[in-house]
Amino acid sequence: MSTAELVNHKPGRSYLLSAVAIVSSVVVFVIPFAFIVLTAMKDRQQAADLDFTWPHQFQFVQNFVEVVKARDYMLVIAFINSTILTVASVAGMVVLAAMAGFVLQRRRSKWNGFINFLVLSGLIIPPAVVPTIWVLQKLGLFKTMPGLILIEIAFGLSFCILLFRAFVATIPRELDEAAIIDGAGPLRLFFRVIFPLLRSVIITVVVVQSVNVFNDFVNPLYFLPGDQNATVQLTLYNFSGQFSTQYNLLFMDILLITIPPLIMFLFFNRQIVAGMTSGAIKG
Amino acid sequence: MKSVTITSIRPRSRSDATPAAPAAGGKFYTPYSFWFYLPTAVIYSVLFLVPTFASFYYSLTRWSLFESKFIGLDNFVLFFQEPALVKGFTNTLIFAVVTSGSKVVLGLLLAVLLTSRIVGRGYLRSVVFFPVLVSTIGVGLLFQVLMNPEQGLINGALGVIGIDGPGWLTDPKWALMSIALVDVWKGVGLATLIYIAGIVSIPREYMEAARVDGAGSWESFRRIVLPLSRPATVTVVILSLIGGLRSFELIWAMTRGGPGFTSDVISSVIYKQYQAGFYGLSTAGNVILFLVVTAIVLPLSWFLNRKEVNL
Amino acid sequence: MRIGTRSTALAVFAAGTLILSACSAGSLGSSDEGGSGSVSITYLTTNQDQDVKEAEQLAKDFTAKNPGITVKVETRPGGTEGDNIIKTRLSTGDMVDVFNYNTGSLFQAIAPPKNLLPIDDQPYIGDLDENFKKTVTADGKVYGAPVGGFMGGAVLYSIPVYTKLGLKVPTTWSEFMANNAKIKASGDGVAPVIQTYGETWTSQLFVLGDFHNVSAAEPDFADKYTKNEAKYATSPAAVKGFEHTQQVHDLGYENKDFASAKLPDGLKMLATGKGAHYPILSGVVANMIATYPDAAKTVGLFALPGDDAAKNGLTLWTPGGLYIPTTTTGDKLEAAKKFLAFVASPDGCKSQSTAGAPTGPYAVKGCELPADVPQAIKDMQPYLDKPGASSLALEFLSPVKGPSLEQITVEVGSGIRKAKDGAARYDEDVKKQAQQLGLAGW
Repeated sequence: MSTAELVNHKPGRSYLLSAVAIVSSVVVFVIPFAFIVLTAMKDRQQAADLDFTWPHQFQFVQNFVEVVKARDYMLVIAFINSTILTVASVAGMVVLAAMAGFVLQRRRSKWNGFINFLVLSGLIIPPAVVPTIWVLQKLGLFKTMPGLILIEIAFGLSFCILLFRAFVATIPRELDEAAIIDGAGPLRLFFRVIFPLLRSVIITVVVVQSVNVFNDFVNPLYFLPGDQNATVQLTLYNFSGQFSTQYNLLFMDILLITIPPLIMFLFFNRQIVAGMTSGAIKG
Repeated sequence: MKSVTITSIRPRSRSDATPAAPAAGGKFYTPYSFWFYLPTAVIYSVLFLVPTFASFYYSLTRWSLFESKFIGLDNFVLFFQEPALVKGFTNTLIFAVVTSGSKVVLGLLLAVLLTSRIVGRGYLRSVVFFPVLVSTIGVGLLFQVLMNPEQGLINGALGVIGIDGPGWLTDPKWALMSIALVDVWKGVGLATLIYIAGIVSIPREYMEAARVDGAGSWESFRRIVLPLSRPATVTVVILSLIGGLRSFELIWAMTRGGPGFTSDVISSVIYKQYQAGFYGLSTAGNVILFLVVTAIVLPLSWFLNRKEVNL
Repeated sequence: MRIGTRSTALAVFAAGTLILSACSAGSLGSSDEGGSGSVSITYLTTNQDQDVKEAEQLAKDFTAKNPGITVKVETRPGGTEGDNIIKTRLSTGDMVDVFNYNTGSLFQAIAPPKNLLPIDDQPYIGDLDENFKKTVTADGKVYGAPVGGFMGGAVLYSIPVYTKLGLKVPTTWSEFMANNAKIKASGDGVAPVIQTYGETWTSQLFVLGDFHNVSAAEPDFADKYTKNEAKYATSPAAVKGFEHTQQVHDLGYENKDFASAKLPDGLKMLATGKGAHYPILSGVVANMIATYPDAAKTVGLFALPGDDAAKNGLTLWTPGGLYIPTTTTGDKLEAAKKFLAFVASPDGCKSQSTAGAPTGPYAVKGCELPADVPQAIKDMQPYLDKPGASSLALEFLSPVKGPSLEQITVEVGSGIRKAKDGAARYDEDVKKQAQQLGLAGW
């Protein structure tokens, strides 16, 4: 950070700027969030007014219980499902993409252009839903959690590989060579030497992809249908039909499902920037 | 479950064979084994490439999910006749350019601000990034409420200072721009983060040298920060352009392409065809979208990356 | 060989999460599989409040009569999103044991002979309404049992507003517009016509609900329409629906927030007398009364008025259908058949009436409407009793229905597009559907 501070090297000036920044951040970002929280605590009638007012009576607990209990504790099931989905698919993405990104960056071959093209097309091409369902069915994975996990991995790989490839470029090749001289095979080289060095970019990938997978809506809708398989975003979708006049419950749901990504962000806040800095950006 | 185990276990079991490799390798030995691609390649080809190629075929059929009939290029002809499509095309381009442009400008400005000596920097960084964490559907629902023309908070606030706010999502002139605004609101945090990373990695000496030369803030911004954060700009442009061209969830959550067809983009036209059961037609639209995105992003990415090398 | 603890741990971790993930959370609480001799079937319906209530009531009453069979209710979104889910699940062989879906043109689009089980051999088949049966018949076989009642596509109106201003129920469009003019001139701030384009499907009633008047003027419209010989834009009777939508907007008769208001807002305006007319399906009445009990008495119904008072009549939607997919087999199939038989029986109708106000008469012989039906539903009866004063909506007479009508009527009703242009655009829109179905003449 210290380098950048030098951009503004006249300290006195930043107070006015700070005030302006803080005030506008409150208007642009804090108020919408406060609106979610306030509405989530209101009773049904007051929430229907859609205005930014203090709740007449706090119904936080009552709304909370109602949302959790709705549709046979669907939200609880959804949280369990989403957690499994997020943890498993992000773990898969990290390991697989790190391996692929590593070899892709290190090994020059006539295939590289083609592989890079495939990776980029994964980022560009919108996935075709129904053919994908057919493939999953042939594998006996349609409507199963492992199937959806593999889907999330497949669709997320491109972005991860790009990040890992860029980051691996910053790791000196001398390290590889030293390890090889010590007799390390490919796996040992990768898992013992390279993988630990990827720590910061791994955190970036984990945060970005966890948020993506956790907030994913379209894929669970198609590849894991059925109420007993609901993920958190689908509860929002279901409730927005059912609670079309009950904004308090709808916003309570939004609030609840925003908490896990929020916790993760608070936890990794500093590391995210570090991960981006140390390599990803140079891609 | 079975196939999952295979993909996750395979690289591990391979390790039993590796110790022999260095000895036997000779000049063909490389520590960067192609086997590392294997699990990725399997998952990616089976679940992404195969369906994608299958969709090329289906785009040439009239397909009701229950049966398909080969009709050649009729779907493409029909898709281009779709009255919503011309609108959808221009809207897609406008949306992508406006959102990625704003993300570049705002992201850079915010990043400079948030790396400067400013009170409450930690708070500001968190709060700018916060919308990235909220689900798109959630953001859509939230702003649908805030942008309600009669009861919404935004027009309420504008009313207090004497401005009669428009029907953000219901006025055909405003709908697309309102969604773009929300998209920027939601996505600017990520752009800012990428720029912060870029600015922070600028070597300290450059700044000091500039300072010694007596350059002011603006000077050092223009001569050092701006050119050196170019890689960050490339990343932001490419990512948000792809996102903007493919953008769907937010538009669907907020207006479903409405009022009428006025905020339709290619993806929402595709999705509507899909919903209506015109699977072949919708798949053809998918192929068109793919070509459009590729035609825009690939040359751009090539151009931007090439320039970078010269820097 | 030593590959290091880190990678071992990683592999174990990865394998562990995958094993863990093999079992998704499933449902909490009741685990009803495996009880001796008990069967559990799943019933898929839409996620609208009223539908869920109805489905749960049916499930409860059915189990009371058939101990040993439990019915689990699952929900899906309605509208086109729901259509898509139904199609995807059917085509992938992943349908639940019994599902609720539209009749008429949408039913034709799910390839019934391929995906559904015919029910011609069921004992109750003779008790079903003939009109209804036609809408669930494909290739000469009947596939669906009725759930819910007939619905009218009509104008719901506020009786207090009519009483206060001394208005008469209109039978022609000009009378209707005259009423609107008086309501607007009264200065009470009452919106003459409620429109709720925040929920686009509600915008189509001036067009779809006008079909009785269309077929009164051009009796062979539906047939010709299917054969690609009649068009909305070129038929003087059919284009009226679009023109009416435009007129209401041009004269400023819509509520001020028509562009963003949703169905619940519209019902609120109507129930509280802030709006006078709401062209809508009578299916929404139950929902309105659940929120505003007084509306049972203060809201009435009349058919969409046309040009000719003598020929004015009500456009009807048939009840939804209950279908059994071919993928249901064994005990579940037997249970599913019993469930259909129950729903299509007087007991089933009673159960549905318990869950909420009926939307209109039932399509099963022997089913009576309860005595306390809301006024709006009562108002449907005269049309049904009088010969020639009601007809089915076009979507039940012709398989041709375009997916974009609701966007087009929103445009026409918001002044974005002119009526004639909108009609022409809808004619373009239906072409794809007709081609998809492989109809002759397209």
